Amino acid sequence: MDDSDRRVDGNALAGVLSEIFVHDMTSARIACDGCDQVEPLGAEHVYMDAPGIVLRCCHCEDVLLAITRRDGRYLLGFRAARWLEIAT
Amino acid sequence: VGEVVDVIDETPRVRTIVLDVPGWPGHRAGQHVDVRLTAEDGYQAQRSYSIASAPEDRRVMLTVERLAEGEVSTYLVDELRPGDALELRGPIGGYFVWEARIGGPLLLVAGGSGIVPLMAMLRHRAASGSMVPARLVYSSRTWDEVIFREELERLAAQPEGPEVIHTLTRAQPSGWTGYRRRVDGQMLADVAWPPAAAPATFVCGPTPFVEAVARALLLLGHPGNRIKTERFGPTGG
Repeated sequence: MDDSDRRVDGNALAGVLSEIFVHDMTSARIACDGCDQVEPLGAEHVYMDAPGIVLRCCHCEDVLLAITRRDGRYLLGFRAARWLEIAT
Repeated sequence: VGEVVDVIDETPRVRTIVLDVPGWPGHRAGQHVDVRLTAEDGYQAQRSYSIASAPEDRRVMLTVERLAEGEVSTYLVDELRPGDALELRGPIGGYFVWEARIGGPLLLVAGGSGIVPLMAMLRHRAASGSMVPARLVYSSRTWDEVIFREELERLAAQPEGPEVIHTLTRAQPSGWTGYRRRVDGQMLADVAWPPAAAPATFVCGPTPFVEAVARALLLLGHPGNRIKTERFGPTGG
């Protein structure tokens, strides 16, 4: 299978992000620094089978966010995510 | 933690697990739960499953398809019995959600067990008395693999019920007059609302199915911000 068969939606991160953030993050809006597009996190592309979890822009495939877990800690790497807007 | 109160065989590979979850905060149609299994040696496996029941239902229903290599789904479909406990987290997800007050028209496109969160939406629509026009385009391999087939027929037969359009991609019963191919742009042009109606659109199924349908809808001119997708991905399990 090619790369596109491996991807799922940002919706798939609802569980893990609920361990980190207080509010639902799948409806949070995220701005991509690579292409200036703003989308709900639930609409972005997710690759769960990378080492850790990678969230990529659904327009330009830039890496928005990478999440790894090790030794009881989450490490969140923000790459092309310029800002996140979270409804409270 | 939920207690299994019933299991319902939907098709040979699909089973509904009916749960009583004390303290369940209520959910919105389209949300899912994470199910965690823990083996005696402490090994844990976790998967996400869509909720099939309407928010109006007292009990939480998960409808699960057994996947060939699925270490969680095979347990849920083959082993789980009434009285068993199931560790859940949820409801989670606020994006792939439809509520009656969101309005419509409502266009649902399902591939295989992708029907599950969309069924929660149709059940919610019926339970809430919503008059929002709704259409379901549902792709299955064979007639016997159509999940919720009789309930969909009942819903469609009601006044103001949803229109249900089946396509059977692998084999068709004799006398079948419906579609017999994968969902494509021509089919969507025939049965979906025109783009100007800007239907609230939810597409759920395996990743290649979802991507093909979303691409076809965009080509027809449907605005991208009205199309919400949920891809299963290759692993599931």
